[in-house]
Amino acid sequence: MKVSYQWLTDYIDLHDHTANQVADKIRDAGIEIDVVEDRNKGVNKVVVGYVESKEKHPDADKLNVCIVDAGLEEKLQIVCGAKNVDAGQKVPVALVGAVMPGGMEIKKAKLRGVASHGMICSAKELGLNDKLLPKELQEGILVLPQDTEIGTPIVDVLAINDHVLELDLTPNRSDCLSMLGVAYEVAAILGREVKLPQVQAEVSTNGEAAKDKVKVNITDKALCHHYTARYISGVKVSASPLWLQNRLMAAGVRPINNIVDITNYVMLEYGQPLHAFDADKLAGGQIDVRSARNGEVMVTLDDQERKLDPSMLLITDGEKPIAIAGVMGGANSEVTETTVNIVLESAKFDGGSVRKTSRHLGLRSEASIRFEKEVNPEAVIPAINRAAELMAALAGGAVAQGIVQAIVTEPQATVVKLSLAKVNRYLGTTLATDEIKAIFDRLQFAYDDQGESVLVTVPKRRGDITQDVDLIEEIARLYGYENIPTTLIEGSTTPGGFTKSQRIRRELRQLLTDNGIHEVISYSFTHPSQTEIFGSLTDGLRPVPLAMPMSEERSVLRTSIVPNLLDIATYNRNRKTDDVAIFEIANIYATQESELTTLPQEQPMLALLLTGHAQSAQWNQKPVAYDFYDLKGVLETVFTSLGVAEQIRFVADQPKGYHPGRSASIYLAAEAGDVLLGTIGQIHPELQREKDLGDTYVAELRLAPLYDAADFAITYKTLPRFPAVQRDIAVVVASDVPVGQLVEAAKEEAADLLEAIQVFDVFVGEKLGLDKKSVAISLVYRHAERTLTDEEVTEAHGKVVARLEQSFHAELRK
Amino acid sequence: MKNRLEQLKASALSALTEVIEPQHLQDLRVKYLGKKGELTEILRGMGALSAEERPVIGQVANDVRGAIEEVIERLQDKFQQEETAKRLQAETIDVTLPGKPMARGAVHPLQKVITEIEDIFVGMGYRVAEGPEVESDYFNFEALNLPKNHPARDMQDSFYVTDEILMRTQTSPVQVRTMQAMNGEPIKIICPGKVYRRDDDDATHSFQFYQIEGLVIDKNIRMSDLKGTLLQFAQQMFGKDMQILLRPSFFPFTEPSAEVDVTCVHCGGQGCRICKHTGWLEILGSGMVHPEVLRMGGYDPEEYSGFAFGMGADRIAMLKYGIDDIRHLYTNDLRFLQQFGRM
Repeated sequence: MKVSYQWLTDYIDLHDHTANQVADKIRDAGIEIDVVEDRNKGVNKVVVGYVESKEKHPDADKLNVCIVDAGLEEKLQIVCGAKNVDAGQKVPVALVGAVMPGGMEIKKAKLRGVASHGMICSAKELGLNDKLLPKELQEGILVLPQDTEIGTPIVDVLAINDHVLELDLTPNRSDCLSMLGVAYEVAAILGREVKLPQVQAEVSTNGEAAKDKVKVNITDKALCHHYTARYISGVKVSASPLWLQNRLMAAGVRPINNIVDITNYVMLEYGQPLHAFDADKLAGGQIDVRSARNGEVMVTLDDQERKLDPSMLLITDGEKPIAIAGVMGGANSEVTETTVNIVLESAKFDGGSVRKTSRHLGLRSEASIRFEKEVNPEAVIPAINRAAELMAALAGGAVAQGIVQAIVTEPQATVVKLSLAKVNRYLGTTLATDEIKAIFDRLQFAYDDQGESVLVTVPKRRGDITQDVDLIEEIARLYGYENIPTTLIEGSTTPGGFTKSQRIRRELRQLLTDNGIHEVISYSFTHPSQTEIFGSLTDGLRPVPLAMPMSEERSVLRTSIVPNLLDIATYNRNRKTDDVAIFEIANIYATQESELTTLPQEQPMLALLLTGHAQSAQWNQKPVAYDFYDLKGVLETVFTSLGVAEQIRFVADQPKGYHPGRSASIYLAAEAGDVLLGTIGQIHPELQREKDLGDTYVAELRLAPLYDAADFAITYKTLPRFPAVQRDIAVVVASDVPVGQLVEAAKEEAADLLEAIQVFDVFVGEKLGLDKKSVAISLVYRHAERTLTDEEVTEAHGKVVARLEQSFHAELRK
Repeated sequence: MKNRLEQLKASALSALTEVIEPQHLQDLRVKYLGKKGELTEILRGMGALSAEERPVIGQVANDVRGAIEEVIERLQDKFQQEETAKRLQAETIDVTLPGKPMARGAVHPLQKVITEIEDIFVGMGYRVAEGPEVESDYFNFEALNLPKNHPARDMQDSFYVTDEILMRTQTSPVQVRTMQAMNGEPIKIICPGKVYRRDDDDATHSFQFYQIEGLVIDKNIRMSDLKGTLLQFAQQMFGKDMQILLRPSFFPFTEPSAEVDVTCVHCGGQGCRICKHTGWLEILGSGMVHPEVLRMGGYDPEEYSGFAFGMGADRIAMLKYGIDDIRHLYTNDLRFLQQFGRM
């Protein structure tokens, strides 16, 4: 809402407040003001002049030489290039010495040999928003009405010694979509009176009665609460007087003609949109407010054909639609230069319906913006009377007697009971009853003091106030939020803290970043093709698509984080960062349903990616490329850190999307059986090529099973008091025997005596034969309560060797 | 015999003056003082001396030995020192060459900020609550006093999955879920999480971003408590000199509502480009929980009251680290991320 400071002073005394001071007060009380615009962009020494004559410049086709009377002793000769300049016009003339808003200084000059003493100005040169003007005035000089007085400063003629406050209103404060609403707000802030426009209901009546000219019926009573009409005959449609045009322009509204301008002016004044129909274009005298029929069409004022449907409310003349209620009038009943008789409409339509219709048609107007938020039902009548009066005064119309109206329900007064104790209890203040009552006085809210509480009658213009807390907000903002004390919560204290899963995620972030892996955060939406690459962890589930995605790239919820990590690796590689170690903790989404009726599953995941080098080259070290075991080692450290290492198994079962020979599924042993926890491996070489990546290792883990299984309890074990015995063993086995199985077998055989076991060498060579490998394992034996004898160790170790020979055809290397 | 000893002494001391390397010294020690050396040789003749002469000559012999040993030791020390100096010289390294860095990753700046905010509120007795990102219309809007035809619920502004299911546009549904789960018990929570809005991405907008909301419900919670809580938070988060400024505003789920500014972190309130010369930065929305929301959460608004607040973690991170484009937070350029791998 653009509020002209000068216009505002019609309704409230602001002699002691500048526009900026008023703006600051309004801001403090809760309404944002984007800018306070000075309408005078620096215009001085520009006056009204009369073009006495115009002649062609002798040496320039496009220039004219004008003799202008600017109220000075001497007539001015001015060379003017505008197409529309003509003798007999009143125009703005910048005198010699004037500096224009653009910085141009007006000097005595010679144009192609002809002296020029001043400049005839366009609207733009005066710093006006010329987009609101008719096209011919945008392209040429600004032509003023004939009755403008010669020599008058142009700033007075155009009323640009003014400021415009641009209010940025929250949805609840639609009362300030009107000058009077703003006046009430400022009055409440400053504690002053509001001067309402003095409207005479019956003016220059010619004896006709409106009810003989027009009848009103509301068929669709749910969508129209009140419809009023007046009849004005014999109007002369022409340009509005300048003062009216100036005010509309200050408010950012385009002047059109006096009739339309009056409806807009009153809308700005009261917040009540009005519409004027050309009475002679209506079929009969019967206005009917009804829903559109299927397939009905109409051409609106902007010459667009609109397809209507039964959710939309229409104004009809009994035969055809003449307006889309509250949104836009029809071209078929438009007021034009030839219009003589007017049917004037002021109504209250259902806000929700107007909003839906305007969205549906993609058509927002100053009227629909106001109706959407429910107009003040008490402004319907004053506004139509005000407009009728102005049509009589400014367009020479005769207003027929009476208002024709149909009303569905009389608006009920809103009375709210407010406990005075609650105000202070709620705000933490110590306001006295009189202070609270004084605030209601300033707001011009009537109240009935009942001792402990007050009964407040809320004016209809403040439809946002319906309950006691709304009144408390009014009190708080007018008392000043800055005056509310600063206190700390009293009463029961609560222990703060994190849940187990929150602690685990914090631990994971710490552990991974401490080991050189960076955390990333990527988007939850992805391309459908990306949901098909890694499917193991959402097997049997479907991806969840968005109903109205912004692009195909981001049209479905991700079912794996890994594709995002790959894209991040590619992005960085394209920027010469080849070594990438990243992880993300986030959700993936999937559903069992083909048509979603319940919320989809959200699984918290940890995903990791390693590519490039673990250690970059330095003067004292060679670069070391990441391999599978780097990533596996990270996961093993994670499992150890969460206390679940003993329950984890890596199984080479070729999960989807990975290199089949360099990948594994990870299982967690749980009471109810093994749970598929995640996948790990090198991504498939074809995917590497597609993503333009070198060898890339990724893993993705479900966190929920880890939340359950993680064990934070640390119990100290006594340090050993008896010596350990280390025995190493080297065996040759077939190259496809998993070393993990050798280790498991050894653990089983050595049982309790085995304290530690470590694979310290795996060797493949021609000497062994290409289908063989040598594995060297170190075993540490120890008994907690005594020194082991050589015989005991030898026996245990012998069992291990025998088992390896038996189960894996292992040959002991000597 | 005494003369022979004196001669030996003189000859040895003279020879020792010539010594320039350790091996030569060793040879002379053997020659004069060794088991088969010259001193031993002379002392073999001691047996022929009288009982009176023996102690006298013995004394002389000891003096001679002592004098020679003293010089040898001195020379030995000298050689030792020279040797050490030589070794140290040889072992000298270039300390200006770079060391081996420990691998250090960085927590994402958004997460860093969220963690910091969580820690502050947990320290004030809050719990951290979570909820689904794909949410029902009821929890995201309806139970928050945003009925079906409310302008803020436009299809254009939210990512709907079905008519009744959408990507949450705020973390407030977690508040509702917590209220319904707490069965009328007092509440003190913060809810961090991802939210989604149908915005075109630009330097200050992202269709996916992070919110952190807080909710306190108990008997006798006052708006002054909200002010105190947010002041405490601002001072812990941005510095002890921070002030806050509450401005009346509107949110459907709070009444009264307030936007909250903090002292500009860049100019300390002096006024600068970042704060548009106001000295203040808007970082929070807040207010007293709307009675309708309390009621739908299972709390009697006549008995309980509460406050709620919410902020964008992205905005806080951008202000705190001076990040000029929100898209950096989701591009994951390692050159960007690495900058946050320290205290």
